[in-house]
Amino acid sequence: MPPNSAALLAGGVDAGLARQVRRAERRRLFGMLALMAPSVVFVALLFAVPIALFLFRSIDNSEIRTYLPRTVEAMAAWDGQETPPAPAFGALAGDLRALGDSSAVSLLGRRLNYAMPGYRALILRTARNLPDPATTDIRAAMIAAAPQWGEAAPWAILKQQSGSLTSFYLLAALDLERGVDGAIHRVADDRALFVGLYGRTLLVSLGTTLICLVLGFPVAAVMAQAKPATASWLLMLVLIPFWTSLLVRTTAWVILLQNQGPVNKLLQWLGLIEQPLALIFNRTGVFIAMVHVLLPYMILPLYSVMKGISPTHLRAAASLGARPLRAFRTIYLPLTAPGIAAGATLVFVLSVGFYVTPALVGGPGDQMIGYFIAYLTNSAVNWGLASALGALLLLLVVLLYAALGRLVGFERLRVR
Amino acid sequence: MALPSYATPVERALHVGARVFAGLVLAYLILPLFVVIPLSFTAGELLIYPLPGWSLRWYVQFFTDPLWTGALANSLMIGVAATALATILGTLAALGLHGSRFRGKSLVVGLLVAPLAVPVVITAVATFYFFATLNLIGTYAGLVLAHTILALPFVVITVSATLQGFDTNLVRAAASLGARPGLAFRTVTLPIIAPGVISGALFAFVTSFDEIVAALFLASPQQRTLPRQIFSGVSENISPTITAAAVVLLVVSVALMAVLEGLRRRGERLRAGGNG
Repeated sequence: MPPNSAALLAGGVDAGLARQVRRAERRRLFGMLALMAPSVVFVALLFAVPIALFLFRSIDNSEIRTYLPRTVEAMAAWDGQETPPAPAFGALAGDLRALGDSSAVSLLGRRLNYAMPGYRALILRTARNLPDPATTDIRAAMIAAAPQWGEAAPWAILKQQSGSLTSFYLLAALDLERGVDGAIHRVADDRALFVGLYGRTLLVSLGTTLICLVLGFPVAAVMAQAKPATASWLLMLVLIPFWTSLLVRTTAWVILLQNQGPVNKLLQWLGLIEQPLALIFNRTGVFIAMVHVLLPYMILPLYSVMKGISPTHLRAAASLGARPLRAFRTIYLPLTAPGIAAGATLVFVLSVGFYVTPALVGGPGDQMIGYFIAYLTNSAVNWGLASALGALLLLLVVLLYAALGRLVGFERLRVR
Repeated sequence: MALPSYATPVERALHVGARVFAGLVLAYLILPLFVVIPLSFTAGELLIYPLPGWSLRWYVQFFTDPLWTGALANSLMIGVAATALATILGTLAALGLHGSRFRGKSLVVGLLVAPLAVPVVITAVATFYFFATLNLIGTYAGLVLAHTILALPFVVITVSATLQGFDTNLVRAAASLGARPGLAFRTVTLPIIAPGVISGALFAFVTSFDEIVAALFLASPQQRTLPRQIFSGVSENISPTITAAAVVLLVVSVALMAVLEGLRRRGERLRAGGNG
C-alpha cells in the first residue's frame, strides 16, 4: 500500500507511520536498484572487468615466474655481479627440464626475446642441449650447452625481468627500455616505432578534426539560418551518411578513389588532370575517407548550438554599427564555441581510435595505433605490448573527455 | 546571419560563397553513396563508369551464394539476439535510474554508457583476451554478448530520454485505483514509453548490424557477419557483389534510422504540443 500521505499532511505523524513511510521508500529504492542490477552486473562483468584485465596485462609479468620458479628463487640473493652462483645454473636446468617439449619453452623464449634479442634462440638451444642432471659441475655443463650463460647479460636481464609486475611493455610502447644496468634509455633508432606511431595517429586525428571544422562550420551555419523546411532537407543530407555504416562508406571510397574510379574519371573528363591521381592507399585517401565518416559528428553538435543562437544578438551588433564580418567574429563565433569544442572532441576522440578506415584506404605508412593493437593481438601475439599501447590510447581519450567535461559539460556530447 | 541591406559587395560575395561552400560540402557527404549505388546494378564485371548496362545479377548472386546468405543470416540472428538482450537490460536500467535517487548514481550512469566512450578497438581487443580464457571466441554467444555491450548505452540513453517526459503521477494514479505494479507497468508505463523502447531497440539493432571491429576479433568464419564478409572482400578483391552487399547494409540501416528519426520528431512534437 502507498503511504498514507493525507495523515502526514494533517500533521498526525506518529512514529509508527514515519517508520512505515521510510520502510516503503527503502523498499521502493531496493526495487529500483534491482531493476538496474542486471545491466550493471552485465556491463561490469563483460566490459569493465575485461578492460581492467586488459590494462593490467600491460604491467603483468607472471610468465617468467610461472615458467622458471626455481631459477627466480635461486637468483634472489645474487648481487648482479658477473654470473650468479652455481645453484642458479642448476635451477635453470631443472626448470627448463620441467617445461619439457611443451609450448611453454617457446612462450618463455618469446617473452625474454622482447627484453633482449637473441634470448629466444638461447632458451631453445639450452632446452635442446640440457646437461645430464647427475653432472657434478652444472655451471660448466650449462655454459657448454650455450656459451652465453657464461656472460652476465642474460642473467641480469632474467633477474631484471623476473618481477611479478613490469614496466617493460609501457616503456616499450614509448620506445624506451631498461638497460642491463637498470637505467631507462631510448631504444636504438631502427627499433623506435611507437612514438612516431603516436605522433602519426595524433597528426592524422588533428588534421581530420581541423578539416572537419573548416568544412562543417559553414554547413552548420547555413543550416541553422535556413527556413525550417529547407533546414530539415539539408539535415537529411547530413543524416543519411551519418546513418550509413562506417564500413559501407569506407567501401564506397575504396571504389571511388581507385585509379580507374569515378573521381579520377571525372577529373580527367573535366580536363583537370592528364594521368589518374594516386588517391588511395596513401594519406590523401585516409583524410578523404575519415573526414567523410566523421564530418556529421562535427556538423550535428555545431548545428544544435547555432540553432540556439538568437538572431537578435546579431541585429543588436548591426544596429550598433558592426559590419557583418565584425559581428560574425565578435558575436557569432564566440557563441558557437561550445559546439566547436564538442564537435572537435568527438571527431578527435573517434579518429584516434580509428582502425577499419585506415586499414582499408591507407597504405602501410598510414596505419594508426588501433591497427597496431590489432596486429599485435592477432598476428604478432605480443599481448603485453598491445595492452600497453591500448592503455596509453585510453589514457589519451579519458584526458580529452575530462577536458571537454570541464570546458563545456558532457551534455554537449549528444550528437542527436 | 541574415545579411543587412547595406552590405558591401565583398560581404555579399562572402555570404553567397559560404552557401556555395556548404553546398559543395553537402555534395561531398551525400554523393559518394549515390555514385556507388548504381555500380551495384552494373551488367559488367568492373566497378567503373560508364556502366555497360543494367542488371540485377550481383543481387542474384548475393541472395543465392551461401557465403553471402550465411553472412546475412548471421547478421540478422546476432542482431536480433543482441537487440533483445540490450533492450530488456537497458529498459530495466533506465526505469530504475529514473525512479531512484542515491549516491553514486552518476557512477552507475557512467558505467552503463562507458562502452560508447572507449574506442571500439580497445573494447574489442579487451573482450577478445577475456573471451579467450572463457572459450567464447568463435561462438555466437560471444559475439552476441559483445554486441549487447556496445548497444546497451543507446537503449539506456534513448529510454531515459523518453522517461524524462514521463509523469510518475500516472503510476501513482494507477496504484491508487488498485493496480498492482505489474499491471500498472503494462497498462500505463509501457504504452507511454513504448516509442522510446522501440527507438532504443532499433538503435541496438543497427549498432549490431553495422558492427565490424568486434566481429573481426571475435568471430570465426562460421559466425562471419555481413560487415565482416564485406571487409574481407574489400581488403582482398573488391567485386560488384560487395557493392550489392553494401547497398543492402545501407538500405537496412538508413531505413531503420529514418524510422527512428520519425519517432524522435513525433516525440518532440508531442512534447512541444504539451497536451499530446
